[in-house]
Amino acid sequence: MNKMKTSKLARKESLTGFLFCLPSIIGMLVFFVVPFCLCLYMSFTESTGNGRFMGLKNYAEVLKSAAFRLAAGNTLKFIVIAVPAIILVSLFIALLLYKKLRGYHFFRTLFVFPLVLPTASVVLFFQIIFAETGLLNHVLEFLGITPTEWINSPNAFYVLVILYIWKNSGYNIILSLSALNAIPKSYYEAADIDGASKSVQFFKITFPLIMPYTFFITVISIINSFKSFREAFLLFGSHPNKSIYMLQHFMNNNFQNLNYIRLAVGAIMIFIAIFLLILIMFRLRVKSGDTEL
Amino acid sequence: MKKKSKCIDIIIYAVLILFGAAALFPVIFIAASSLMDESEVIRSYVVGDMDFHIIPRSFSLNGYLEVFLYTPAYLMKFWKSMLLSTVILAGQLVISCLGGYGFAKFSFRGKNVIFFFVIILMMMPLQVTLVPNYIVFERLGLIGSYASVILPGVFSTFGVFLLTQFFSSIPNSIIEAAKLDGANQIQILCRIIVPYAKSGVASLCILNFIDTWNMVEQPLIFLKDSTKYPLSVFLANVSRENLSISFVCGILAILPVFLLFLYLKDSLISGIENTNLK
Repeated sequence: MNKMKTSKLARKESLTGFLFCLPSIIGMLVFFVVPFCLCLYMSFTESTGNGRFMGLKNYAEVLKSAAFRLAAGNTLKFIVIAVPAIILVSLFIALLLYKKLRGYHFFRTLFVFPLVLPTASVVLFFQIIFAETGLLNHVLEFLGITPTEWINSPNAFYVLVILYIWKNSGYNIILSLSALNAIPKSYYEAADIDGASKSVQFFKITFPLIMPYTFFITVISIINSFKSFREAFLLFGSHPNKSIYMLQHFMNNNFQNLNYIRLAVGAIMIFIAIFLLILIMFRLRVKSGDTEL
Repeated sequence: MKKKSKCIDIIIYAVLILFGAAALFPVIFIAASSLMDESEVIRSYVVGDMDFHIIPRSFSLNGYLEVFLYTPAYLMKFWKSMLLSTVILAGQLVISCLGGYGFAKFSFRGKNVIFFFVIILMMMPLQVTLVPNYIVFERLGLIGSYASVILPGVFSTFGVFLLTQFFSSIPNSIIEAAKLDGANQIQILCRIIVPYAKSGVASLCILNFIDTWNMVEQPLIFLKDSTKYPLSVFLANVSRENLSISFVCGILAILPVFLLFLYLKDSLISGIENTNLK
């Protein structure tokens, strides 16, 4: 009798919990899950909308298109160059800050500041810096280096990498700091007693212990790299130099001419890539013995 | 030995100050330039040799007068953007508080699977989520209306995830005590959970506001009509013919997020820390 009562109570509890989550679940279903399934269906059928099954033909077509190849190649190149760069820069700064020197909070706050700035506001500054007769070229000239074109040349790629690091490193610094702060101080004290040098301590204690975090930071950095479309779009327009024509431009331009098949296929391929990445992240975590969500 | 460590400290500070200056410099530059006379701006940045300087030689508030007084269009845009961001934030707060409480403090069948999807959706870039959103809004005939920008923002799963993180750390004993006092679930959420996790809610406020105030992709794709663009997109199209107005507009757009940053900087940081999935 008592048992039945508790199970009834438990059932009521779990129903209440479900009801609290219901608005967000409905939102997810209506705005994402259901239309995403539609998207999936569309990606396998003929573009005229008569519903004829095409198999993977649409995918093959997108994969073959020059625009997609250029976009995917550039996106990959951006990830391979910019992500390790930002991780190293922010880990470096985090290590400097980690000593808890005076001004720790001040600097930490300062570094996240670019994150809140509207891109449209600062883009003007970067236009003046990187213009043909801009500040950077003047500095280069002063130093005796031949000035080059930054905006309308393959150099645009590096301009975008710099903007990405400028904007997002604060985020990574915070995450790196919380990784470093999670290492028990006693480990270092013990190492000090054993006479281990600072560099040995870094490679034997710090580095292995922040590895699981670093993988998460990598995933977040890759995801944040997609946001650099804002900078790219506002600084270089919708048809930028070939070197920064990325998947985001591919998607945006296909929205302009409403090529549904390309949009659907593009979205699904990016989804799969990021989904796999997240899955690997969770797997690695389970492996490292941390199973709680 | 002591001298050496002091030397290292100086180098560390030098590096930190250098990076800090880089973080701050664009805004200082824009603020300084917004106070320049128009002819000085043109002389310095537009024609011929670049004459780069930070302190204005010709102090002038003309740009500000133009943007804040003479041409109402700029402020109209500003308030429209403000309304848009506030509506999204309000909706997102309601959905996230409810969902955060549900996911953090109850167990029901399929909860973990659903929460996994919350995380997946939260991490998907806009380029993925905009396509399904577009499909829905097209069927509902909402393309071109503000609803197409507001609804995905309201139902973005980020808030649910963040508040679940914050609410989970609230001790269950507090909730149990409130129950014994006869509080119902809504009362517990409003009077106990939310006040207890104030800092989490503040984090969500600033992170969400920054996100919507700065949005570019969604209005660009959903609104179609450029007169409807919020400040964040409109700014990019402000004519470059009058640079001093562009600078002042830049400041106008920075203002709300800057103030929010000053008040809630610690919440912003703890919010970022709590997105850590490790």
